[in-house]
Amino acid sequence: MTKHLIPLLAGSAFVLATPVFGADDDTVERGAYLARAGDCVACHTTEDGKAFAGGLGIESPFGIIYSTNITPDDENGIGDYSEEEFAAALREGERADGANLYPAMPYPSYANLTDDDIHALYVYFMQGVEPVAEKPPQTDLGFPFNQRWGISAWNWLFIDHPTFEPSASNPELTERGRYLVEGLGHCGSCHTPRGFAAQESALDDDGDDYLAGANLGDWWAPSLRGGAGGDGRGIQGWDTQAIVDYLKTGRNAHAVVGGEMTSVVAHSTSHLTDKDLTGIAQYLKSLPANPADEDAPTADARRQAAKETEAHLTAAKNLSDGERLYLDNCAACHLNDGMGAERVFPPLDDNALANADNPTGLIHTILAGAKPPATSTIPAQLPMPGFGWRLSDDEVATLATFVRSAWGNDGDVVDAEQVAEVRDELDDAPLDRAVDPEGELNQTDGED
Amino acid sequence: MAKQQPRVDAVIVGLGWTGSIMGMELTDAGLNVLALERGEDRTNEDFAYPKPADELQYGIRHTMMQKPKQSAVTIRRNLDERALPQRKLGAFLPGDGVGGAGAHWTGVLIRPTPTDLQLKTFADQAFGKGVLQDDMQIQDFGVSWDELEPHFSFFEKVCGQSGTTGNLNGQIQAGGDPFEGPRSEPYPLPALQDTQNTQMFEKAAKQLGYHPFPNPSANVSRAWTNPYGMQLGPCNYCGFCSRYGCLNYSKASPQTCILNALKQRSNFDYRTNANVTRVELAADGKTATGVTYVDGNGEEVFQPADMVILASYALNNVRLMLNSGIGQPYDPVARTGTVGRNYSYQIGGGINCYFDDIEFNPFATAGATGKMFNDFSPGNFDSAAHGFIGGAKMHSSQASGTPIKTPLPKDAPSWGQGYKDALQKYYGHHMKLSMTGSVMSYRSNMLDLDPTWKDPYGMPLLRMTFDWKQNEHRLSAFMRDRLREIADVLKPDYRDESFNLEGSHFKVTSYVSTHNVGGAVMGTDPSTSAVNRYLQSWDVHNVFVPGGNAFPQNFQANPTDLIAALTYWSAKKIREDYLKNPGPLMSRS
Repeated sequence: MTKHLIPLLAGSAFVLATPVFGADDDTVERGAYLARAGDCVACHTTEDGKAFAGGLGIESPFGIIYSTNITPDDENGIGDYSEEEFAAALREGERADGANLYPAMPYPSYANLTDDDIHALYVYFMQGVEPVAEKPPQTDLGFPFNQRWGISAWNWLFIDHPTFEPSASNPELTERGRYLVEGLGHCGSCHTPRGFAAQESALDDDGDDYLAGANLGDWWAPSLRGGAGGDGRGIQGWDTQAIVDYLKTGRNAHAVVGGEMTSVVAHSTSHLTDKDLTGIAQYLKSLPANPADEDAPTADARRQAAKETEAHLTAAKNLSDGERLYLDNCAACHLNDGMGAERVFPPLDDNALANADNPTGLIHTILAGAKPPATSTIPAQLPMPGFGWRLSDDEVATLATFVRSAWGNDGDVVDAEQVAEVRDELDDAPLDRAVDPEGELNQTDGED
Repeated sequence: MAKQQPRVDAVIVGLGWTGSIMGMELTDAGLNVLALERGEDRTNEDFAYPKPADELQYGIRHTMMQKPKQSAVTIRRNLDERALPQRKLGAFLPGDGVGGAGAHWTGVLIRPTPTDLQLKTFADQAFGKGVLQDDMQIQDFGVSWDELEPHFSFFEKVCGQSGTTGNLNGQIQAGGDPFEGPRSEPYPLPALQDTQNTQMFEKAAKQLGYHPFPNPSANVSRAWTNPYGMQLGPCNYCGFCSRYGCLNYSKASPQTCILNALKQRSNFDYRTNANVTRVELAADGKTATGVTYVDGNGEEVFQPADMVILASYALNNVRLMLNSGIGQPYDPVARTGTVGRNYSYQIGGGINCYFDDIEFNPFATAGATGKMFNDFSPGNFDSAAHGFIGGAKMHSSQASGTPIKTPLPKDAPSWGQGYKDALQKYYGHHMKLSMTGSVMSYRSNMLDLDPTWKDPYGMPLLRMTFDWKQNEHRLSAFMRDRLREIADVLKPDYRDESFNLEGSHFKVTSYVSTHNVGGAVMGTDPSTSAVNRYLQSWDVHNVFVPGGNAFPQNFQANPTDLIAALTYWSAKKIREDYLKNPGPLMSRS
C-alpha cells in the first residue's frame, strides 16, 4: 500500500461481508499457522478468556487500548467482514465501519502481507475460529487521542510498507525470513526504537534503526541485528541454529527467554516450522550489527575480567556485599563463572538484559523470577524463583550492580530507588502470565 | 449414591513415578487417561530455591511424606502379636502428593543384577537342601534381564543417570562395576564428583581386592535434556536430596523428568486430593468398572474406566487390592492366597568412623555421592558357606551434611551443652561404611487388612507383619565383618557400629529404608503371585499393578530403576497386545 491510497480506501467501508464457502481444510490450516506467526492470540485474548475474543488491555503512551473481538461472531466480532474489509484492517488499520484502528494493532507491519496469506488468514478466522458472543471493553482514550481520524495523518506520515516482493539477490529462505520478520512477526513493534510520535523509526531494513533494540515499557528489547560489526554481544554471538533453538524452545546455549518474549515464544514462534525459523534466523544474521560503543571493553578485556570475578567468588575471601548476595542467592544455578548451564540456567556473563542501559528488566527478573514457556519440543519449565520476598530494595540494587559489573559485563550502577519503582509496579500487576500454548489456545479443537 | 464422572479409557491411581510413566505410555497409545492423586499438587515451583533447604521442615517434620492420620500402617512382628498403628513415621517414609516418593527420594538409580531377577533358580543351583530356612518363599521375578534391559536403558535416559559404565554389551569397562549385567548403552552422563570419603573408601576397598565404583546417580552431573524434552540442571552438591524436593532441578523426579510433558497432552488429565478407596468390580468380579474416590470436599465420587492402573505406593497398592476384593488374600497358615504374600524390605547396618584431623565437608555433596562395590551380591561370593542367601551393597555414601542429622559417637549426649560440644567436635569429621542388604521373603512376613483399625473413610488399615529372620541376621554379621576390615584399613580415631544381629527385631521408630516391597508380587504361577509377569492381576484382567509390590523378595540395591523398568515393560505389553485384545495376558493353567 502506498500512503496515498489510505484515505481513499475509507470509502470501502460498507462493502457487504461475503461468506467463504467450501474453503478447503488446508487453507484453514495455513491460516491458523499464519495467525500463529502473527501472534494474534497474544493481544486478542485475555488470560482466562476465550481465544481471539479480545478484551486484553494494552498499555500505550496514550492510555489503555483494549483489543477487539476477532472471532467470526457477527455482533461482537468480525463475522460480517468481507475479505476486502479484513484485508484493510490488517494492512491499513481500517475497521469495516471506516474508522481507524489504533496502531497498537501492528498493521504497519502486516501491510506487507501477500494476498494469498490474507486469504488464508481470512478463511481461518471465518471457519477455523469459534465465534464468541462477548463484547470486549471499548477503548476510551482522552482527547486528542480519542479522535481516531487523526490516525489517518499518522498513517500517512509514517507508513510506507508495500506488499512483500522477494528480492532476487538474497537466498529464498532468507527472503522468507524477511517477510515473516517484517510482516506477521512484527518484531519491530518491540525491537525497533520509536520516534517522536511513537512510530517505529523503520519498518524494514532500509533503516539502520530497524530492530536495533528498544525500551519496551520497563524492559529492554535487545537488538536483533545479528550480522557483522558491533560488540559481539546479543544475537551477534549466536549462530543460526541458536536463534532457531531460542525461537523454537525459548532457550539455547546463550539465553533463556524472559519478559514479554516468553509469551511470543509460547504462542507464536514455538509453533513455526524449523524451515521458517531458519529463514528468520538467516535474515536476522544478515542485518549489520549496531556499531559498537567506543567505551565498551574489548572481548579480550571481558574474558580477563570474567576470570577475575570467577576466581574471587571461588576464593570467597574479602567479599563485597554484592558478591556475598550473589553467592547466597544466585551462584547455586548461575555458578561462579556466571555461565549457568546450557539451555537450563542462562549465562549472566555478557547477558543482554544484565548489560542493558535500562536495568529494569534485570531488576524485574531478580524480584519476580522468570519461567520459560513449556513448548512442544521442550516442555520442561525450570522456573527461576523471585527473590523479592527475601531481599530488600538495597540488597537487590547491590546485587544487580554486582551482576552488571561482574565477569565481562559493563552495566551501570543500580540504586534502591530504581528497585523500589519496579517493585511498586509488580505489586500492582504481577507479571506472571500463564503460558500454556497447547491448552486453552488450541482454537481448532473448539474447546472451552 | 456416589457422584459419577464421565468415563475414561484408563484411570491411574497415584501420580508418582509409575503413574507418570504409565500416563506417558498410555496417552502415547491414544487412550484418554486420568490420574487421581490423593495428595496435593506439587510442581517445580514448590521446590524453588532456597525453600527446600530446610531440615526442620522437610527432614524432621516430613512435609513431603504421607501423614499417619491419612494412611497409617499397623505393624506387628509376628502372627501372634496385636498390630498397632503408626502414630509417627519412622522406619519408612512413603511420599505424599504429585511426584510421590519420586520427588523426595535420594536419587540412587541402580539396576538389580541378572541373578537378582532369578534368585530362586540361583538358589536351587547354588544351595544344597537344608541350607536355607524352610519358611523362605523366594521366587523368580518371571521376567529376564534381556527383556528388561531396554527399559532400564530408556528410564536411565529419562533420568540422566550419572555414573561409570562397568559392562557394556559384555565388555568389562575400567572404573565401573564389573559385576553389573551387560548394558546396551553406557551411562548417559559421567559420574558425580568424588569427595574425601569416596576417595578414602575407594582406596581401602581396592586395597582389600574389591571393585568399587561411583554410586549410580539420578542427581545429574551435567545439564541434561531427556527423551521427553524435559530438562535437569547440573547438580550443585547442596546436600538436600533425600526427603527434599531438589532446589536445583538436578534430581530426576516425575516433576523434572515427565510431568510437564505429560500435562501438555490433551488426552491426559489429573485430579489432586482424590483419594481412591477402592476399585469397583463388575458383578462377576472378573473386570473392574472404575474406581471410587473421596474428593477434597469429602464427597465420594465414582470414576468409570476401562482400565485401572494401581500406581500408588507399594503398600497402598496391596491395600487397595485387598479392600477391593481383587485376588485372594494370603493366608499364612493355610498358605493359600496371594495378595499380601511375600512382603519384604531391606536391612541396613554400618560403622561410623570419626577422624579428628580429616575434614570431610559433608555439606558439599549430592544425595547419591558415594562409592560402592558389588563383590557381595548374590552369585559373586560363596554365601552358602556362611549359611545365608542374598547379598549387600557395600558402600560409603555421604548423602547430606545437614546439622540435625549429623551422626555423633554413641556416647555423646543427645541434648544440652554436651550435645553442642560433640556436634562442634565431630561435625565434618565423620564418614560411614555401610551395607544395604537384601531381605528374603518368608511365610510370616506379610500384609493383610487390620481387623481393628480403620481410616477416616471407614476402610480397614493395612497390617504389616514383619521381622528380621535368621538369614538376614547371618548376612548382617558377615557384612559387618567385611566392613570392619575396611575400617581397620582406614584407622579412624573413633568408631562405633550398628547392625541387626541375631536376637534383634524390626524397630518401627527409627529410619531403616523406604524400600518396602512385595505383597502383590509378579510371577508366572498364579498360586504364588498376585499379578502375572506383565503386572496384570491374575483375577481382574483390566487391573495392572506396577510398583515395588511386584518384587517377590528384595535385592540389595535401590528399587527405583527396577520399578520403572517393570512399568515400561508392563506398558509395552498393554500397548502391543492388551489394547487390541483385552483379556488375561497369561493363562492361569
